[in-house]
Formats: sequence, structure tokens, C-alpha cells
Amino acid sequence: MALEVPSELEKEIDDRITHYPVSRRSAVLPVLHALQHHFGFISEDSVEWAAAKLELEPIKVLEVVTFYPGFRQSAPGKYHIRVCRTLSCAMAGSYELMDSICKKAEIDRSGVTHHDPIAVSNDGKFSIEFAECLASCGTGPVCLVEDDFHEAVTDVDALLSQYK
Amino acid sequence: MSDEKPDLVDVQIDGEWHQFPKGTRMIEACRQASVEVPHYCYHPKLTSPGNCRMCLVEMGMPPRPHPGEATPEADENGHLPISWMPRPVIACANTVAPNMGIRTNSELTEDCREGVMELLLANHPLDCPICDQAGECTLQEFSVEHGQGESHFREQKVKKPKNVDVGPRIRLDDERCIMCSRCVRFTDEIADDPVLGFTDRGSHTVLTVYPGKELANNYSLNTVDICPVGALTSNDFRFQMRVWFMKEVKTIDVNCATGSNITVYQREGQIYRITPRQNNDVNSDWMPDSHRLNFHWINGEDRLTDPMVKEGNSHRITSWQEALATTADKLAGIEGSEIAVIASASMTNEELLMVNRLVKHLNVGHVDTVPREGENDNYLVAADRNPNTNGVKLVLGLDNPGSQLDAIKKGIKEGRIKALLCLQENLVDDAGFDGETLDKLDFFLTAHPIANPTADFADVVLPGGCWAEKSGTMINVAGRLQRLNKVIDGPGQTLEPWEVVRDLIQVTGGGNGIYSALDIFKQLTEEISEFSGLTWGRIGDLGLPLIETGKTIPLLEREKERITQGLIVG
Amino acid sequence: MSQIKYIAGKEPHANETRVIFKNVDRESWDPSIETYLQDGGYDQQKKAFQMEPGEITAEVKTAGLRGRGGAGFPAGLKWSFLPPNNDKPVYLICNADESEPGTFKDRYIIHQDPHQLIEGMAISCFAVGANLAYIYIREEFPEGAQILETAIAEAHRKGFLGKDILGTGFELEIYVHRGAGAYICGEETGLIESLEGKRPYPRIKPPYFPAAMGLYLCPTIVNNVETLCHVKHIIGMGGENWSKTGTPNNTGTRILCVSGDVEKPGYFEVQVGKVTLGELINDMCGGLKAGRKLKAVIPGGSSAKVLRADETFKLGKDDDAKEISIWDIPMDFDTLAACGSMAGSGGVIIMDDSRSMSWVINNLNNFYAHESCGQCTPCREGSLWMKKITDRVVAGKAAPSDIDQLDAVARNIDGRTICAFGEAASWPTESFVAKFRDELIADTNPELEDAFVNAEALTAAANLK
Repeated sequence: MALEVPSELEKEIDDRITHYPVSRRSAVLPVLHALQHHFGFISEDSVEWAAAKLELEPIKVLEVVTFYPGFRQSAPGKYHIRVCRTLSCAMAGSYELMDSICKKAEIDRSGVTHHDPIAVSNDGKFSIEFAECLASCGTGPVCLVEDDFHEAVTDVDALLSQYK
Repeated sequence: MSDEKPDLVDVQIDGEWHQFPKGTRMIEACRQASVEVPHYCYHPKLTSPGNCRMCLVEMGMPPRPHPGEATPEADENGHLPISWMPRPVIACANTVAPNMGIRTNSELTEDCREGVMELLLANHPLDCPICDQAGECTLQEFSVEHGQGESHFREQKVKKPKNVDVGPRIRLDDERCIMCSRCVRFTDEIADDPVLGFTDRGSHTVLTVYPGKELANNYSLNTVDICPVGALTSNDFRFQMRVWFMKEVKTIDVNCATGSNITVYQREGQIYRITPRQNNDVNSDWMPDSHRLNFHWINGEDRLTDPMVKEGNSHRITSWQEALATTADKLAGIEGSEIAVIASASMTNEELLMVNRLVKHLNVGHVDTVPREGENDNYLVAADRNPNTNGVKLVLGLDNPGSQLDAIKKGIKEGRIKALLCLQENLVDDAGFDGETLDKLDFFLTAHPIANPTADFADVVLPGGCWAEKSGTMINVAGRLQRLNKVIDGPGQTLEPWEVVRDLIQVTGGGNGIYSALDIFKQLTEEISEFSGLTWGRIGDLGLPLIETGKTIPLLEREKERITQGLIVG
Repeated sequence: MSQIKYIAGKEPHANETRVIFKNVDRESWDPSIETYLQDGGYDQQKKAFQMEPGEITAEVKTAGLRGRGGAGFPAGLKWSFLPPNNDKPVYLICNADESEPGTFKDRYIIHQDPHQLIEGMAISCFAVGANLAYIYIREEFPEGAQILETAIAEAHRKGFLGKDILGTGFELEIYVHRGAGAYICGEETGLIESLEGKRPYPRIKPPYFPAAMGLYLCPTIVNNVETLCHVKHIIGMGGENWSKTGTPNNTGTRILCVSGDVEKPGYFEVQVGKVTLGELINDMCGGLKAGRKLKAVIPGGSSAKVLRADETFKLGKDDDAKEISIWDIPMDFDTLAACGSMAGSGGVIIMDDSRSMSWVINNLNNFYAHESCGQCTPCREGSLWMKKITDRVVAGKAAPSDIDQLDAVARNIDGRTICAFGEAASWPTESFVAKFRDELIADTNPELEDAFVNAEALTAAANLK
């Protein structure tokens, strides 16, 4: 099944590619970002679409997709949450934050593995994973919900209720 | 050749001073000084990522005096003292510099090697007893030399895909892979077929072929050769034979005019494997899959094992004596002008000289060989699929091989040619002869390794040895003279083709006092000026340039370009 | 996308000297170019574009600006490594992949004062002759990327970027390039590979020194956000004047980011070397939490070697030698190096006596195992091995000898890898084992020792998970 990329998205992608006048290959990350933003994750079709767009062998795109935790290969929930796991946030309670979000949003993380780091809530509304240092160590624990940044998160109800 | 001397630099390796051209990689300098530096990722024909870290060595340079400090004094040989760096460096990608010191046997170097070995083995399965690479695994080899003999690893090893089909001829065990990336670099840089890559990251990195794609190009098996461990194995060879049981013979490939240098592995008369053998003037380190796998027929069912004579509609096994006597009888009543000889461009120069003798002795009117043209693949497969067309031209004296075949067919049909001697060729399958034509002959003899359709029409069928069963020389597409070496004996009563031709000459009343292929080569050196002064020994394992052909080998040209760019050592 | 709202802006502390952070949390400040211009924005670019490029580099050298990304390498010297008589294009890359745990300074510059960075970059590009520059920003700053793109468009419209800038004929395009969540992209050659669209495997050096063979194998300068911002101020103040802030060989101001067990964590721009760790913790961060004692400090981002609260440090040589406590360490490059650690990226992580050191090192080992790119053997195999050992220590499933093995693995990584990630991953373990050995061993179980000596037990232990 070929990927259906809306013309507006393709135009945005083509525009991004112009930022790399020396090598189209350099546009791999922006193209993948645009595709993930639109489709929610990077499917095999997306890999092949990006490869064709950039005149690359698909393996060269897959190598990149699988390297970066920023790219997901399966569908997340409606709102994807990334909780910072690294030292300063952990000291500020990020593991506890993870637990309470999971409890509140009914997410079971018991099946999480290195290869499959994302857990989705029963109703599909939220998905969650740990992220390494989000670079706001002074205001931990922090998390990203989609592209929204939340600092010193203590009130999980207040956090989740922002997302309908 | 230019007379310019390359800049030489003095380098101390393990206490001894040597000279190397500027720009020499440290690992190559050590090799030239007979000091082996263990390595996995480095390959002189590929770019150097420096990822395995096995070639770490201690390195030093003359001390740089601080302002006000005395400059160090040189010794009587002009060498400055060496100040050793606390951090090791990789020998594969760093080049030598004047007054550099390299220590490959120091405590630091040995500690690095032990450390890297331990880390490489941490997640590597300990399945050597069932691993096909055992015996030629550099991981196994270096772990004996640089390993600690016991594992300190108390964790669960990382699980990865095993027994993966990455292509029609290759299987992958990801747990054995040490991520040296040689195979990835080969497919990217040499084969131009980038289907391999690494996915995931860190300790979880896996070598992968893109889903739905295959590593199927005609050079895929080279990745098995350069895999330092048992991650990539050949479907054709795996589990067939332990490598230490086999005997290796250096020879050349005969599937095309490139004449790739090869090593043939045999045990008790059976060939198990062929691998490319490095020759930077012919095939570099590589060879096509199609060529290396074209050997199973040698030990196959279709081999001729005995001379045969035709009786009625079938052939009867006989002795060489009777087969030759029959031949002599039949030829006795036929004029030389009524005889045609079709020899083969797969014959050695020595065999072709004997054919030349036979032609002259019988005063044969028509001589030719069968051309085989295909596509030049722009790598190593030459358009000329015969290995010794240049020998045919030089030794047999045919300017335009193949140009007489139609005339011979016509001559047979018109009854002007009454006898045909077919030497090591398959006229029906490869030269467009049909039974109707061949049946017109009064006498038809064929010598060949296998019972091909041409033999059906022959009055005398002789078992002539194949390329693996004979010795001699050939001239490749670029005009290089190379040695073909006998790997195994032919089956049954098979004779080497030069012997077959010698016997044909003798039985028809000729004589020449030749007892070996080497004797023939001696005559070549006396009779053909290009060969003058040569011996088999001088030709050596790597051959030497004999004639100008104006032709090049595409893969080699690209490799030369990469050497010039400094991308590879070569 | 919701507007980023930082925790209520705070007044700079009296010990601070705000140069880079002048506009951070500033009353009625916003990231628009109008606001920036009203405050003298782009004046330094105008000034610099009247200078010879070589003069700018000379000023940066005079200033003694050391890179703020982690290694502290002199920026002017880095620039002067560009090959003379170069006929290839030169590229400049701003490393905004801020990802060293404990560091959170670039975030505020990018979000609140993007034009400062763009001006610093424009001046730097002019100095090194780069007509194309990229800001490599970490993916986890989605709004930062947008703010930068808006700011670049504004600067374009006002003629500070684009063709024939300020009538000089100089041309410059800056593009924002978003990463995708990989610490290794903070390593400059890993960053370059990533920007080339490949897996961010760091390159071997030699031969791939970015100044000679960087992006697209052309000469390339990679500088940290904070470093590039400083260039603007060096032009403004003059290198000589600028170098009078801070202390000799540790000139200028730098932003220290404090996190962990203090009352008021945060960011502080101080003159390098003018503030001690004690002042930082007690005066600027409100001290430790009530009833707690200092146990350990990681002074320069998570890769920096840990300092133990009761250590003393010998500084100076011979007659000048003196012994100081952890509280008296001036936070500069040279002193922290002399104390056996590093100033690194300026991320200071404070740990009090409630913290388990096994837990802390395990948290960091998880980070490094997750972030190792996997290209070269020692780091690929060693970082996960260290994590697995400390996983067991934390779970009470390690034997005392595991601590020696942990140290041995770290030492097999340190100094033997392609890039500095090897040290980054091994120094924490080496230093925690060296300084908190007894505590780590106390978390192990001596009774397990015997279980590890035979093969069956080994398998069993591995299955402990």
C-alpha cells in the first residue's frame, strides 16, 4: 500500500528539502519529522516514501529511523507523553510521576521492552514512554505531552485534564 | 614508472627503526615490518571506520619542548627520543610520521587488546563447536592470543535474530555479528547495492537487510569472505566441511577472461569451496558468485570417466589404447585438408601449443575455437567468457577466434570436411552444430570433461580433464600471464587435455618427447618471443604482464581511483 | 502548541553577572526582533561586519573564550584550525543539542533570546567565511525550533541574514535542523553525520577533524549556543575588556545550572572562577534541604567525575600548594580539572545524604547504555554491561566482586573509543567506584559470590534479570 501524502504536506517537505542545497540526504530527519507529525508514527510505507523522495535506498532511511528514539514505529495514543527519566528528574520524582500517570491514565507498562518502549492506555487516549534528559533539570520532574512541555509536574490530574 | 622516490619517514616499531613511504597507515607499516596488528573492521580495500578498536597500539612522537626547554637531541642515526602518549591510537586509520614510535607489544597495547576481546565476547555466543566459521574465525584466533581464558560476564546476553535469510546464498546470525561493518561497506562501496545496514543502536544494534529486499547481487558471497566471524555464512558451503580438513590450492578462475585469482579448497578429490585470492592487478580481493559457485559439476554425475567408442547407436567404454587406435585407423584414410580441429579458449597455453603441433602434424585444413560472449558486468565479469582467448591468438595463432566455425559447418555439410576433432568444447550447445551436420562426418572425435550432447554424435569420446584437474598458463583480458594449478585428479581414466593431444599426435605417427606440461612451457619460451625467458616459477602466484591488450578491469579502475583519493589503502 | 511558561521569572542573584542571560526572565521582554532591536540588538553585527574577518577571530582569541559545550576548548583557536588557502565552502553549525544531563542553559537562550544567538552566529559566520549555517537543535525543544525559525525569518526581513547583508556583499543562510533524540548528536562529528542524514556515528579523528573535513567533508566549525552568544558580546566589549571578566585562562561569564538536592535549583550566570561551589549551593541556591547534609556533587554535567563532600583537594604546586574543601572550589575550568573532574557543560548536580550512590550511578549507567551509538566496541558492549551490573547492585543481586568488574569495564572503555562518549560513559562509573566503593559494596550480597563461580550458577544469576 503506497503512502498517501497530502499535497500540502508534500509541499512542506519539498520546502524543507531546499534547506539542504548540498545534499538531499541531509533532509532525512526533517522529512521523517514531517511524516511522523502527520501520521503519528513512521510506518514502513513512510520509510519507503521518504527514501524515494530523497533518492536513497530504503535501508538508509530505516537505519536512521531505528536509531532515534524520537521516531516511533508503531501508533501511539492520541496524546503521547514522554517523562524525563534521567538523574535530576529522577531525584525530583520522575519515576513516581510515571507511575501516577500510568495509574491515572490506565496504562500498563509491564510489556515495555527496549525494542518496544511505548505503552498505550486502554482507551488509546494516552501513550507514554520514558525519555532521557529533557534539559530542564532545575525544574524536575518534567515531561512532554505531544509538543507541550510541563515542568515540576506534581498534579497529574491537572496535567491530564488539559488533554481531552 | 616515475623515477621519483616517495618521501620516506623513519618509524620505530617495537624498538626497531624502519622506513616507510609518507602516508603509510600504521597498520600497513607494521605488516611490512612483519609485525601483525590484530584487527576486525579494517580492510585495505574498504574505507576505515575505526570501529572495532582491536588495532589500538601505543604511539609516541618526539617530545615538544616547552618554551625555554632544551630541544631533544638526536642520536647518532638522527633519531630523536620518543615521548609515548598516554592514550592508545588505532593503527588502521592513522598514518606514520617522521620519528614516530609504535609499540605493539607493550603493556598498554596488550591491555587494550585483552579489553576489546573481552568486550567483543561479552555478548557473543560461545557456540564455536557448531559455528561454521570455526577454524578461520579471527575472533576465535585472537581470543586465544589476547583473551583471558575466562569470562567475567555474569549478565544475560543480548538476544538478536538468528538464522536470517539475507539473500539466496547467504545466512546471517546477528548474535555472532561484531558490527565491524565490513559487509555494509562492501555492499555500499564495491557492489553498489546498499541493501545491508544497521538498525537500532547501542548494544542492540543489528545488521539487517531491508525488509523485502535481498542481498542477491552477483558479488554477495564476498561479504562472507570478509566477515571476520561466523555472522555471514554461505548456504553453499556451510556445514559441508570443517575448514581444517581441507587442502588449499592457489589457482585462477576460468569462467571469464578476467581470470580472477582463487583458492580452491578440496578434500580427498572433492572440491568444497572456492574463494577469491588477492591480486591487485586482476580481481583485487573479490570474485563473482556465479564464478565461485560453478564447480559442483566437477564432482557430478555427468562426468566422463573413460574413453568410449561408438558401436551402432550407443557408446562402449574402452581403454585409451583402443580409443586412440580407432582414431588412428579412421584418420589414416583422410587428407589433412579434410580434417577440422575445433579447440577451446578454455585450454591453457601449453595445451594450445600441443593443438598447434597436432594441426601442423596432420596438416589440418581448418582450425578454430568457440567464442563465448556475454555482457561485461562493469565489475569483474569480462564480456569474453573464455579464460584464454588471448592464448588462442598468441599460441594457436588465430587472429579472429570463432570466424571459421561457419565455414567448418559448411564444409562438413558439403562433404569437404570428413573428420572433426573437437577438443574440450561442446559444439552442440555452444557452437550451433546440430546432429544432422555432425552425422555427415566420417569421423568425429570429442574430448571433454562431461558427457555433453555433442558426445552423442562422436565416434570416439575421450575424458579430458577440467580446469581443476590440470596445470598450465593462461593470458587474461588485460594481457596478464597467470598460472592455472591442478587441484585434484580427474575421475577414472581422465587425462589432462595436453596429454590427450600428445597421444593423438603420437598415435598418428608424430613424436615430440614431451613428458609434462612444464616441458611444453619450455618450448613456448623458445618458440614465442613473448614467453622468452619466463618460467612457471617467475610467473608465480600472481602472474605477470605479458602482452598489451588495451583492456582494463572496471572494478580495478574504480579501486585505483579510491586509492588516489586516499579513501582506501588498496 | 502551548506557549512555554517557565516557572515565574526570578531576579538575578547578586553574585550573578548577566551577559548572556541579560534578557532571560527580564520584565517585559519577548523574543521578537522589535524588542531585541530596541535594546541595541544587531549593533554588534553591524560593528563586526565593518571589521576584517581575521580581526574578529583575533578578538575572540584575545578574549580567551573557551567552549561552553563541555570540553572547554578555546573557540578562537578552533576557528584558526580552518585550513589556509581553503577553496571549499566553510560551514558553521550551532550545537543546540543540549543533552548533557544536568545542563539546561541553551533552552533559555533559545526560547527567550533567540536573536542573541542569531547575531552571534552571523558574526561568527562572517569571521570564518561561512555562507551556510545550521542550528542543530534537539528534537525535545519543539517550540524552541519554531521560535528560532520565526526569529531567522525576522532577521531575514530586516536584512541581517540573506544576500548582501548590511551592504557588505556577505551572504548567509541559517537553517534550523531538528535532531530526533540522541545524546551522541552533541558530539560534533556525530552531529555532522546526523546532519548529513546518516546514523550519527562519530568519525575518527584523525583524519576527520571538522575544521578540515567536516560537513560534506568541507571545513566546518561547530560551536555551542552559549559560546556563539559570547562572540556577540566580545565584539561589543572588545576581546581585551571581555577577558577582564572571569579569571585568567577562565575568562568571561558562564551559566551554571544547578539541580538536585538544593532548596532552589536554577541557572546562574557568573564570572568564571569568581564563585565557589559553596557560594553556589549556600548563597545562590538556598542551601541544602532542611536537615540534609551534602554527600556528592557532579560539577559539570553527568559525565564529569563525581566529587565527594568530605574530600579535600590539593591545588597548586610546591610552595603555592594548598588544600581546599569541596565548598571552596572556584567553579572554573582549570580548578575543576585540578580537582580531578571538569567544568564540562556547567551542569551542577547536588546530592545529599538521602541519596543512594548505587541508585545514582545506576541511573547514569542507564542513560549511557541507552545513548551509546553502538559504533565502536568498547562503548557499545561496555555501557550496557555497566548498566547490567549496577541494575543488579540496586536489586541486591550483585556480589562484592561485581564492583571490581564494574570498574574494570569502565577502564576498558575509557580512552579507547572513537569519540569522547567513551569517557563520558566511563568517568561516572570510575569515579563513583573510586569514591563510594564501600557504599556500593555494602549494597551487594557476599553470599552470592560463590554462586558466580560455576557455570550453572552463572546462568542462574543471569536469569535473575
